Formats: sequence, C-alpha cells, structure tokens
Amino acid sequence: MTELNLKPKDFKTDQEVRWCPGCGDYAILAAVQGFMPELGVARENIVFISGIGCSSRFPYYMNTYGMHSIHGRAPAIATGLSTSRPDLSVWVVTGDGDALSIGGNHLIHALRRNVNLKILLFNNRIYGLTKGQYSPTSEIGKITKSTPMGSLDNPFNPVSVALGAEATFVGRTLDSDRKHLTSVLRAAADHNGTALVEIYQNCNIFNDGAFDLLKEADTRDDWTIRMEHGQPLRFGTDGSKAVVREPNGALAIADDVAADDPRVVVHDAHAEDPSFAFALSRLSSLDSRYSPMGVFRSVEHPTYDAMMTAQLDQAAAKAPGDDAALGALLAGADPWTID
Amino acid sequence: MSKNVQQLHRVVIRIAGDSGDGMQLTGDRFTQETALFGNDLATFPNFPAEIRAPQGTLAGVSSFQLHFADYDILTPGDRPDVLVAMNPAALKANVGDLPKGGTLIVDTHDFTDRALTRVGWASNPIEDGSLEGFTVHALDMTQLTLDALAGSELSRKDAGRSKNMFALGLLSWMYSRPTEGTLAFVRQKFANKPDIAEANVTAFKAGWNFGETTEAFAVSYEIKPAVQAPGTYRNISGNLALAYGLIAASRRSGLPLFLGAYPITPASDILHELSKHKRFGVRTFQAEDEIAGIGAALGASFGGALAVTTSSGPGIALKGEAIGLAVSLELPLVVCDIQRGGPSTGLPTKTEQSDLLQAMYGRNGEAPVPIVAAQSPGDCFDAALEAARIALTYRTPVFLLSDGYLANGSEPWQLPSVADLPDLTVAFATEPNGADGQFLPYLRDVETLARPWAVPGTPGLEHRLGGIEKADKTGNISYDPDNHDFMVRTRQAKVDGIARSLPPLVVDDPDRDARVLVLGWGSTYGPIGAACRRVRASGASIAQLHLRHVNPFPNDLGEILTRYEKVVIPEMNLGQLATLIRARYLVDAISVTQVRGLPFKAEELAEMLQGVIAHD
Ligand SMILES: Cc1ncc(C[n+]2csc(CCOP(=O)(O)OP(=O)(O)O)c2C)c(N)n1
Ligand code: SF4
Ligand SMILES: [Mg+2]
Repeated sequence: MTELNLKPKDFKTDQEVRWCPGCGDYAILAAVQGFMPELGVARENIVFISGIGCSSRFPYYMNTYGMHSIHGRAPAIATGLSTSRPDLSVWVVTGDGDALSIGGNHLIHALRRNVNLKILLFNNRIYGLTKGQYSPTSEIGKITKSTPMGSLDNPFNPVSVALGAEATFVGRTLDSDRKHLTSVLRAAADHNGTALVEIYQNCNIFNDGAFDLLKEADTRDDWTIRMEHGQPLRFGTDGSKAVVREPNGALAIADDVAADDPRVVVHDAHAEDPSFAFALSRLSSLDSRYSPMGVFRSVEHPTYDAMMTAQLDQAAAKAPGDDAALGALLAGADPWTID
Repeated sequence: MSKNVQQLHRVVIRIAGDSGDGMQLTGDRFTQETALFGNDLATFPNFPAEIRAPQGTLAGVSSFQLHFADYDILTPGDRPDVLVAMNPAALKANVGDLPKGGTLIVDTHDFTDRALTRVGWASNPIEDGSLEGFTVHALDMTQLTLDALAGSELSRKDAGRSKNMFALGLLSWMYSRPTEGTLAFVRQKFANKPDIAEANVTAFKAGWNFGETTEAFAVSYEIKPAVQAPGTYRNISGNLALAYGLIAASRRSGLPLFLGAYPITPASDILHELSKHKRFGVRTFQAEDEIAGIGAALGASFGGALAVTTSSGPGIALKGEAIGLAVSLELPLVVCDIQRGGPSTGLPTKTEQSDLLQAMYGRNGEAPVPIVAAQSPGDCFDAALEAARIALTYRTPVFLLSDGYLANGSEPWQLPSVADLPDLTVAFATEPNGADGQFLPYLRDVETLARPWAVPGTPGLEHRLGGIEKADKTGNISYDPDNHDFMVRTRQAKVDGIARSLPPLVVDDPDRDARVLVLGWGSTYGPIGAACRRVRASGASIAQLHLRHVNPFPNDLGEILTRYEKVVIPEMNLGQLATLIRARYLVDAISVTQVRGLPFKAEELAEMLQGVIAHD
C-alpha cells in the first residue's frame, strides 16, 4: 500500500459524472474511491464490471480497467474474467433491477459458485435509468408509471436471496453512512470468494426517501440493527431493543430488554449454516424497519477460480501440454501412415 | 473351405437398430477398422433426439451409414448397398432407401406378431415376398449370440445385448476388415467388467465365424486401400476436429483457451472434448445458460484469453445481445454455431444450414460479424484456426458455422504438423499510444482497423469499455451524431476489410469450359462435389466453388460470378446464401433448397444440375 502510494483522486477519471444532483450514487462513488487506496492493489490490477442502469455507469468514473456491459450480465462476464485471471481484483456494480430481474439467474449462480468477485448491489428499490418503474425490491403496492394502481408482486430481499444461494459473504450498508459503507467494503475486499454487498441507495428523483427511516436522526437508531461479529445484537436509542431467540428457536425483536437478558442473540457472522444469517435477514419489514446492517455472513470456502486453476495445474503436472502433446493428441490412438 | 473373394471399388453399408442397440458404437468400430485398412470413407450417423425412445418403434430407430472406397470419396453415400436391420422397426424405417439388388441382413429374432403390428405390418415381410428383389440374409442373430454365450454367467438379457458385436463380426468378415483394433477396444471399454468384455469378444468372433463357415454367405468382398497422399492419417469427426482446432489456435497464439458454454445438441461434444484437455491450459466453464456462457467468454477475452462460446441455433438466439456487445467492445471471440433443424427446438439431432442469416443479421443495430464456414468433418480443424485468426487479428467476434452432419460425421484426416500451423501470435498493447502518455483504446491500426487489445494488469493503459457508443479514438461515451455515423461505418469497414486478407478463390472447373457454376457453403461441399463428378462423368462441364468465408465475401467472388451464365446455389435452408448473393451482386442465382434434416443426395443434385445445363 505504501509503495503504491495511491490517493482517492488517483481513482477519479476525467469523465463528467452524470447522475442526477443529489443521487445516492455520488456518495457511494466517493466512498469506493476513498477506500480503493486501502485495497493495496495497483490500479491496473483492478477491474470494475457493471450491467445497465444508473448505478452501472459506475465504471466510467473509476480510473481502473472497466467494462459497462449489458443489462444483468455483469456477474457472468466477471466470472469469465476472474476465473481466467485470478490475479485481478474484480468488482461488479449492479442495480436492483439489473441484479435481481434480468440478471437474477447470473447473480445466484455466481454466488453459489463462489467466484472471487465483489458485487456491489445499489438498491434504490426502483428502476432509475428507465425513469421510475417499480423494481423487484419495491414494496408491494408501489405506485409507479407501470403500476398506477399499485404493484402486486412480493419483493425480493436481496440479502435473503443471496443467503438462499449460500453466498459466502453477504453485507448490507447505506449510501449516506460513509464510515459504515467503508467498513463493509473493507470486509468484502478481505473476503476470499464472492462477496455481495447490498447498498441502500437513495434515488431522489423516482423513489426519494426510501431509506429515510434509517437515515433521519430521530428514527435511525430505532430501526437499524448494527451487526458486529461476536457482539450482542442490541440497538435502539438507549440500547434497550435487541434481537432475541424465542423458545421455538426463531429470532424476534424485543423491547426493553434487560442488560443481562439471556435471550439476546450474539452475532455470529462465521456460522457455517446460513440459516442464522437468513433469519436475521427476515427481521426487516418491507419499508426497512428493523434493518440489520453490516456483515450477515462471512465464511471461508474454496473459490471457484482457485479450484479451476488447481485442476489445470494438476493436469499439467501429470503431462505438460506442449507441442509434442498436441501432436500426439491430434494423432489419436489409431493413426496410419501412407508412404 | 475357402470362399470366393470378390473385388469391389466402393460400398455403402447402413446398420440400423433400436437406439439402445449400440448402432452408433458398431458403426464407429467398423469405421475405425476401415480407416486403419486404408480405404477412404465418410460416415453419416442418424439418431433420434430421444435418449431412450420406446423400444421397437419407428421413432426409436438409430442408424449409421458408412461409405468406403478404394478412391477418394466425398459423401457417406446416397443409398446403402447393404442394409443391416436389427429389428422390424429398423427394417421398416430404412428398407425404402435400399435399391433393388441391394443386400439385406436381418436379425429375425424380434419379428414377432406383436413387434410387426407395432410398426404397422400385418404380415411378416421376410416371409410374404415383400423383400423380393433384394438379396436377403435372414438369420436370428440374437439367438446365435445367445448360443455363442451359452456357457457364460451373463443373464439372457445381458448376453443378448452383444448381438451388435455379432453383426459387426459378420460385417468385418464380409468386407475383410482387420479385427485386432476392435477386440482391443472392447477389452479396454469394458475393462471393469471383464465378463461383458469377453461376451462382446465372443459374439464378435461368432459373427465372423458364421460368415466364414456357413453356406449362407458364399462370397466375401475386398475393397483395396485408397491411394492417399503420403502422410499420417486418422479418422476424425467434425466436433472433434473443431475442438482440436481451438486447442491448436490456443497454442499457436500463445493465449489460454477459455470456453463458456451451455449444453445443447449437437454442440455439447465440443464442451465435453475441451473439458478433457486442461493440461493445455484450457478452461471450460459450463454456464447457467447461453448468455452466461458467452458473457464469461467475453470477460475472459477482456482479460486476454482466446475466448470461445459454442452452441446451436436456439442458444445462438440467446447470445445475440452479447455478440452485439462484443462487436461494440471490439474484443476477439469465436462463436461456434453447430446448426440443427429449426425453428425453435426444431430437429435437434438432424442437420440444417438455416442459421446463416441469424449469424449475419441476428442482432440489433448495425453489428457486422465475420462468418467462417467448415465444409467437411476434418475441415472443422482448419476452419477453427481461421476463425481464431480473424477474431484475434481484427478484434472482433467471429461466427464459426458447422452443422449436425459435419459434427457427427467423420472422415480420414491428414495430420498437420503442429509447427506448420499458422502463427497466430498477438501483440497486446503495452504502451500509451496517445499524446502525453494517454491511452486511446479506439485508436485503430491503419491496415486492419483493429483497435489495441490492452489487458488488465498492464500499467498505464487503464481504460473503460462499454456498449454505449464510443467516441472515436478515446472510447469515451459519445452521443454525437457524426461520431456515431463514423463509428458504425468504421466497424463495417473493419469487417469488410478482412476480405483483403483472404487468398484468391479456387474454382473447380477441370474442363475449363463450364457455363454453369454451383456455389455452396458449409456441409453441402461433399454432396455438391459428388454431384459435379457425376455430371462430368456424363460428359458435361460444370464448375464448383465453395465458400469458406461467407462474411465478408472474398473480393474476387463478384468477378467469378459474372463468368458463368448460370449460378446454382444448393442449400439446406430456403435460400439464405442465395439471398445474400442476389442482394450483393445482383446475380439471378438459382436457389435449390431442401430442409429434410438430411444432407443432399449426390444423385438428386446431379440430376438437377443436368437439368440446368440442358436448359442453358
Ligand atoms: C435487454 C435490456 N432490457 C431493458 C433495458 C432497459 N433498462 C435499462 S436500465 C433498466 C433498469 C435499471 O434498474 P436498476 O438495475 O435498478 O438500476 P438503476 O437505474 O436503478 O440504478 C432497464 C429496464 C436494457 N438496457 N436492456
Ligand atoms: S434517476 Fe435516480 S438513481 Fe438514477 S441518477 Fe437520478 S437519482 Fe440517481
Ligand atoms: Mg434500481
């Protein structure tokens, strides 16, 4: 890191940033650029790959290698890059529509494979770029241009989806909380394998205030559950609320919890079984009340990239793939010669 | 008792049975024996899409046709001279193709009333005279196999399964084939089940001995080895040759091969094959769908790999948007389309060349993609190298078109020497190419119009690519009208310019006075060539030209077309090349089409060509 001597400004490009003034994407860009020097990786070894959407313009503003691809396909493209170039630090930037509608299939498969990718999912619960249709994370009953009488479909909770795919790292953070955002980025970057970071992002044009409950000074402490590995899951202005385990084993929110209440759950981000993290992800209601923020799950599994490389090495160690080997391969078992 | 041995120049054998009877394996082994013996050959496997179609039904019939000769041949033959039918359904489905005077070998075991009714026969054709005009050898091959295996521990059912080996043994005797290869193959294939291996060997020998000792078979045949150019040969199928071509391209370019693919008939065997060759640095990625397959390949290409995606028509349709992205990013990518009958699921195991216009135009916007077509099983190797050359040189996606007929068919193939294969070395960008150390990812090579390929990991060349229109040189987002017009035309000019790198076309016109030209592309090469030989043998002249490059057309094509009074274009579609030729050259080409899921018959093509010549 010291030899690289990179500064946040080294990660800025000469391209004019074209999000709407006030868009949450600016804060995320600043936080990522601010974090990048800490990654300790030279700019040429970092690649940002995105799909399509407001959020997916991100790579144009990062002075690294980058690709703004097609709608929903960034995880697939990044999978090919990461598995063929395990030396690179590969990041995916995607939106709630990009990742969970058109690209839902690629997302879950990248997660289950555990490809070494850091996926930043900007969730503004709306289609921004196409001007405000509801998205797969919009709350039921959402009134938008395409749903004038309210949307009918049950939304995805991106964290639950990721944990359902047994993602080895899942975190959640908020665009406006630079410190927390940076801490989750750091944890994701440290993770070996696919890391999914859901970033609640305000679209002030089409879905303004979607996360205000988690942002306003008078409500945020009551609705935000900060997760720290090894710490009790207590929250609320005076710390009197907590995630507790009910007699039937389910997780629940309790008010006025005594300091020594044995029901209070201690966060275990390293639990091998994803059910615990999944139960945490189910605590939040549709409008982000009781949102656990931080790292839900972080477990070490072998990465797809490393395992593929190992298979290649193993095969080459048995018999190198040189020109003589190719000649023998072409000849096959039964060649014949005519003089 | 020594039997009469008769000399033949050529023979076409078709073996047909239930798809569970091992017909393809039997055909493959006979082919291998024939290749080793030194005959020229061509094969045509034909099987149902269903893995285990109901036993004894017409839908479940699987067949394998082999044409071999003491001279060079071009097709697996229009019609069999010898038909081996292992059950009533196989006989019913194939006997119509056997010309009068042909030889029929029938396993009578399953000719029960029930089985006959099942295929719609009221009486037994072996007994009711309907096979008159054929030389019929009706024998209970299944029972003969069971008798030969009487001493073995195997169940009756398992023992009966070796009947295909009995048939193979009999055929091997009839055509004086070498047998060591097959015996060794069987022993290796069933190395873990020695009793099955021995049963197969015993059945094979029983079949051979049956031919040699019984009165029923009075003659055996000999087809001398063909005169082939000096060299080392092997028998190879199209999919295998294509996979090997890709590995060779990887070695000759020095780039690791990356395949992103989703299984689909008839392309899957390329994925299977490449998966075996990890020691050559080949990465195969079985993706969640075709879009992810090409997406991953494109990602690998961005990282500096020789990237490939393989599929068939339906999968290519899904890849369209990503191919357009590759056009816009100007990254190398080989897109293999092993065509099958369409539309939709169509005929998965049957052949067709109906994706030409999909390859040509199946994308939004002006998105030109070069198209390379393979013309024979062995030629798939060279076609793969050529597709890689174009992709790497011009930084573009390239279509490599093959089809079910080439993919599964096989022929003898002269081995190339690895060192003599084309040099595909690529120079990645390593230095800034603009003023003040700036890197311009869309500053083009003046000759090829290719842009620099700067792979991640190269310091100072960090850049962003995207599917949004890019400004010339810088590659930054640009909505400028003139810039878009320029970029669209430049991408087209780059693809058109590939024609400058192509060798002159070679027209096959031995009499040098032909007035009719037959133009083709892809797997019709063999049938068209065989048809032209027939026409010439009858004393008429005809010229043949077959296209390796369908987009761009070679620069000399237009002039060649004007030299002939008539241009005939036979295709296994409704005239897709003909449409392109007419539009481009204003030539009133005669389109001759067939979409039966089967290759053209040389005889029919020849007749049609004679007609065109006669009305000249
Ligand atoms: C194949 C395809 N379908 C549709 C679109 C139109 N489209 C562009 S972005 C988008 C939705 C983006 O929503 P999201 O991923 O949430 O990104 P945001 O703009 O909110 O950041 C859609 C439908 C497209 N570009 N490509
Ligand atoms: S539409 Fe919304 S998400 Fe898109 S740039 Fe504007 S504020 Fe941001
Ligand atoms: Mg969105």
